[in-house]
Amino acid sequence: MQLDLIGFTKRFDGTPVVSGMDLSVASGEMIALLGPSGCGKSTTLFAICGIHRIDEGRLMFGERDVSGLPSQRRNVGVVFQNYALYPHMSVFDNIAFPLKVQKADKDQIRRRVGEMAELVHIETLLDRRPAQLSGGQQQRVALARALVRNPDVLLLDEPLANLDAKLRLEMRSEIRRIQQETGLTAILVTHDQVEAMSMCDRIALMNNGRIVQIDGPTRMYRDPMDKFVASFLGNPPISFVTPEDLPCFGAPKACAEIGLRPEHVGPQFGTGLTGEVRFVETQGREDLFDIALPSGRMIRSVQPAGSGLRPGQTVDWGYDAAELLCFDRQEVRL
Amino acid sequence: MRHNYRNWPILLVLGIFSTPLLIMLVFQVVDSFTLKQPGSLIPSGFTLEHFRFLWEELDTGRAGIWRVTLNTFIFATTTATVVTAIALTAGYALSRLNFPARGFFLAGLIVLHAFPTVTLIIAIFLILQILGLYDTLIGVIIVKTALELPFGIWIMKGFYDTVPWEIEMAGVQDGASRLRVWWQLVLPQVQPGLMAILIFSFLSGWSEFILPLVLAPGSDAQVLATYMQALILDDTKADFDLFKAVGLFYALPVVVIYVIFQNKLMNIYGGGSKG
Ligand SMILES: Nc1ncnc2c1ncn2[C@@H]1O[C@H](COP(=O)(O)OP(=O)(O)OP(=O)(O)O)[C@@H](O)[C@H]1O
Ligand SMILES: [Mg+2]
Repeated sequence: MQLDLIGFTKRFDGTPVVSGMDLSVASGEMIALLGPSGCGKSTTLFAICGIHRIDEGRLMFGERDVSGLPSQRRNVGVVFQNYALYPHMSVFDNIAFPLKVQKADKDQIRRRVGEMAELVHIETLLDRRPAQLSGGQQQRVALARALVRNPDVLLLDEPLANLDAKLRLEMRSEIRRIQQETGLTAILVTHDQVEAMSMCDRIALMNNGRIVQIDGPTRMYRDPMDKFVASFLGNPPISFVTPEDLPCFGAPKACAEIGLRPEHVGPQFGTGLTGEVRFVETQGREDLFDIALPSGRMIRSVQPAGSGLRPGQTVDWGYDAAELLCFDRQEVRL
Repeated sequence: MRHNYRNWPILLVLGIFSTPLLIMLVFQVVDSFTLKQPGSLIPSGFTLEHFRFLWEELDTGRAGIWRVTLNTFIFATTTATVVTAIALTAGYALSRLNFPARGFFLAGLIVLHAFPTVTLIIAIFLILQILGLYDTLIGVIIVKTALELPFGIWIMKGFYDTVPWEIEMAGVQDGASRLRVWWQLVLPQVQPGLMAILIFSFLSGWSEFILPLVLAPGSDAQVLATYMQALILDDTKADFDLFKAVGLFYALPVVVIYVIFQNKLMNIYGGGSKG
């Protein structure tokens, strides 16, 4: 189902936390709400599911205006960061709870819970209590419970934050698989760019209660609208220099700062950039270099492991002129 | 179990300090069931004579033991039930809802809890008299309930505070009403607190002495505590063995409840302390 958030504003004690936000999610699309801590991601999510009132603006599910409806009548499935399973109920009862509230009959409940268990691969765990499950299994139960009612929209609030690195990788593809199998419209809240890029069709990058840019992951990475987007995406992050640091690059007149992605700096791009290696971080497959330019500004570069460069050495490297990002004084991309 | 040896100084100190209590308890039990020559500590024979209060009227003009026991029971159960019911709802409101003057109510609870009851007794006495509830069981129950409430509410609030907020939100998202969420999802998780308050206020009601003594001195509303007090006061020649036997009878339910529910009572110090 198509979801439209139009001019959404939320205030806490008079101060706007989210202001005039427009977000449109196509049917069956998974979109990430990405942004630094405190930018209003959770607030937006909670407004969509009805926990927070919408102070201004409208929320549409398809043709239906649900702005004023209580949570119970919005038909939204939510997975909370700490899963919020009901600790005193078995896994079966947890998943069955939304159906019991709807007074579905016993056979239907059993069938539906069975289907869900199969979808998220927890068929053998139905008799356990949440406390007897691993983090990843709890996550699956929470997903099953959110999906059991056939919600119009699925909301996930930092669903992977409590998992260890390996499980996170596994659940990332699991959630994506389940979302695609069910064809649900989904919104994923996260502050992890890798999660956002790898799981979602599009990313809505937020800052200070506003959406800065909405785009596909690749597009947003290659073609950021401003300095904030450029610096938020990318790991290791982008480095910024001034046009004076790159004299042989014909920067436009209005250009105040130039962004250089670490993968676009190195010996393979010829010469023109002189600096001293300050710090080398070995990451196994590749090495990460911090290079100090004559002006004192630092830039970062990733290179395949085994270059043999040591701190203190001087390098004469190049950059990929086609990939430089220029920003004006207002930090807007040129 | 090597480290047990290191505990012996603690055990010794505890032992020394509890011995007097233990001796008193032993004599309480022994004296209730035995005959003794005056001045002697050694019993000379078994008897149930001291328990005659259970099957015969001690003297005229005083309520029988069963009537008094029933009074005590009604007093304690009603107090416990009402306190628990109110604490369950009020504690929830204080923990979860953002209503006006919430801070004031929270501070008020603490002050009331710390307030010495005895200093209020004259005022309460006057109020009950005006209301026509003086010397009735109902009157004492109301007063006792009111005085127990701050503690109960505070403890329950502490238990509610430990229930994650997301669980309620998840329940609401799953389509359940607030009432259903509270009843089916939250209450089961504060059940230890519920049990603790129920038992705790029952025991507190069972052993209450001052309130019935001052507010219901007549024989109709007598409870076991005042019954015992009357027992030593009235008699020209105090029968201490009888007194001990009544005491044993009085303490029996308390002991039984403690034995059965001791784990639940410990909860009050575990979950309830997170105010
Ligand atoms: N109930 C509330 N009362 C007052 N201010 C709030 C409330 N909830 C959130 N805020 C404020 O709103 C802003 C946005 O909060 P929100 O929880 O949406 O951030 P977030 O983007 O989810 O951050 P995080 O990644 O840390 O979860 C924050 O500055 C926060 O302090
Ligand atoms: Mg958040």
